[in-house]
Amino acid sequence: MQSRAAGMEQAMTTAAGVRAWPAEGLTRVPYWLYGDPAIYDREQAEIFRGATWNFLCFEAELPAPNTYRRSTLGAMPVVVTRDHDGELHAFENRCAHRGSLLVLNQSGAARDIICVYHNWSYDLAGNLTAVAFRKGLGGKGGMPPQSRPEEHAPRKLRLESLCGLVFGTLSAHTPPLEQYLGPDILSRVRRVMRAPVQLLGDYSQTLPSNWKLYMENVKDTYHASLLHTFFTTFRLNRLSQRGGIVVSESGGHHVSYSFAADSGGKEYEQAGMRAAQQGFGLEEPRLLEWRDEFGDGIGLQILSIFPTFVLQQTRNSLAVRRLVPQGVAQSELVWTCFGFADDDAQMTERRLRLANLIGPAGYISMEDGAAPGFVQRGVASAPELLSVVEMGGASTASDDNRVTEAAVRGFWKAYRSHMGV
Amino acid sequence: MPIELQLEVQNLNARYAEAIDDNNLEAWPDFFTPEGHYRVTTAENFEKGLPLAMIYATSRAMLRDRVRSLRDANVYEAQRYRHLIGPALIREQESGEVHAQTSFMVARIMHTGETTLFATGRYRDRIVLGAGQDGGAQFAQKIVILDSRLIDTLLAIPL
Repeated sequence: MQSRAAGMEQAMTTAAGVRAWPAEGLTRVPYWLYGDPAIYDREQAEIFRGATWNFLCFEAELPAPNTYRRSTLGAMPVVVTRDHDGELHAFENRCAHRGSLLVLNQSGAARDIICVYHNWSYDLAGNLTAVAFRKGLGGKGGMPPQSRPEEHAPRKLRLESLCGLVFGTLSAHTPPLEQYLGPDILSRVRRVMRAPVQLLGDYSQTLPSNWKLYMENVKDTYHASLLHTFFTTFRLNRLSQRGGIVVSESGGHHVSYSFAADSGGKEYEQAGMRAAQQGFGLEEPRLLEWRDEFGDGIGLQILSIFPTFVLQQTRNSLAVRRLVPQGVAQSELVWTCFGFADDDAQMTERRLRLANLIGPAGYISMEDGAAPGFVQRGVASAPELLSVVEMGGASTASDDNRVTEAAVRGFWKAYRSHMGV
Repeated sequence: MPIELQLEVQNLNARYAEAIDDNNLEAWPDFFTPEGHYRVTTAENFEKGLPLAMIYATSRAMLRDRVRSLRDANVYEAQRYRHLIGPALIREQESGEVHAQTSFMVARIMHTGETTLFATGRYRDRIVLGAGQDGGAQFAQKIVILDSRLIDTLLAIPL
């Protein structure tokens, strides 16, 4: 902790004067956090390469032995593999020799990994197995016998799988995944991941904002009906819909949920048609038709795991989002939508239709791609000023209403503990 | 391939692009048959046979709903498109239906003046001749296959 704090102090003095967290605590967030390259670098070390679990991919994305796919641990490129025995591994996508990317394709099949630059070879667990011309050629050249290139091998991640979701960490100090999440978050991951997964496809979007601004947006339950006016414009929503938020003990993970005003099926269609006849509402309310597949009446559940993972249920549309930091003012958001192996054709159709609500063109989530960018631009010239995060007071506790910023404050609580700030 | 057919498809594509680029989105659904399908997907998903789309509409009414949402509900910065549409490759023609594939590039012009190459890809179209009220051709299906999996910020206006 000593060196971490010292490093942080250095990072915080790189711009105007000494930077410290505001005395008000979690109800204030300083804007310099979103634009300082030194902070960004420290986050990579202390958060993404630190004691956190980061979502890498679905197990279903590596369906067969001897396959690999690329992913990221924060900004760090990694390779996830399934070896010939079916075991999963993940390691840094960086050759021991000169640091070149080892794997260039997004995914593929391979028995070993060979660096294209100088043909150094690795097994699927990331162990260096061969160095080309290690002993030279015809007694000339080659590497001295005392060389230990293996000591420079790509760093290996520890992995844990939860319901087919693969998480990785570089730190030896990260607690076991279930303990990291806590029972309240864990049960709500399990709620959604109720059966073996069937992938429906993916896409991604570039966000013109710092990664933290997007994660704050995810955890900000206050903005939902204010920024996203699709439901209210078409009068599809009751504002009094019951729901709430759950914030983990650490503050870093959250769940927000709301019960659907209808139970799916015909009610929506009838309500929609009534609305349409009166001059508002959807002409095609079938868009929103759904089945309560989890049997608890919850129509929307957004779950985040610190630092950058989101699991989403929007009626029958299910997706994970993986956020990749790409510098202080840019991120990539990768969406993967899924259903379950036991889905029938109707359920798949429902999931695809309801996916109109999500993604870069989503009726609800379209604005989320842009709003963090509005903040990024808004605060670029105000590093010394602060945002006000006081909805719901100063608490980071779970609540039975969503007009609160408790989960945003929870994010900063976890952030500060990892960053030592 | 009769030149008249080639010209008819080219004319349909040109009018389609004009409606979008001139911000006449209300005219956009009428380029489709009442049961017309419209999907925006990525080449990756399409080639893997994965069904996920960014926009997934199975009727003209759903397209009208999308236009109303863009006009009245969704929040996005003012922007325009400019489509450049290549020659249609007509693959099949049978009993008044034409299967065509056409390359496109779309520039996005933001209110700030910033102009970027926003999307490239191909249209896979099933076109019904003489389906419109004016006797013109309409899309029974239009699959927009984006070359890239990556959208810059958001996709509001249809492609």
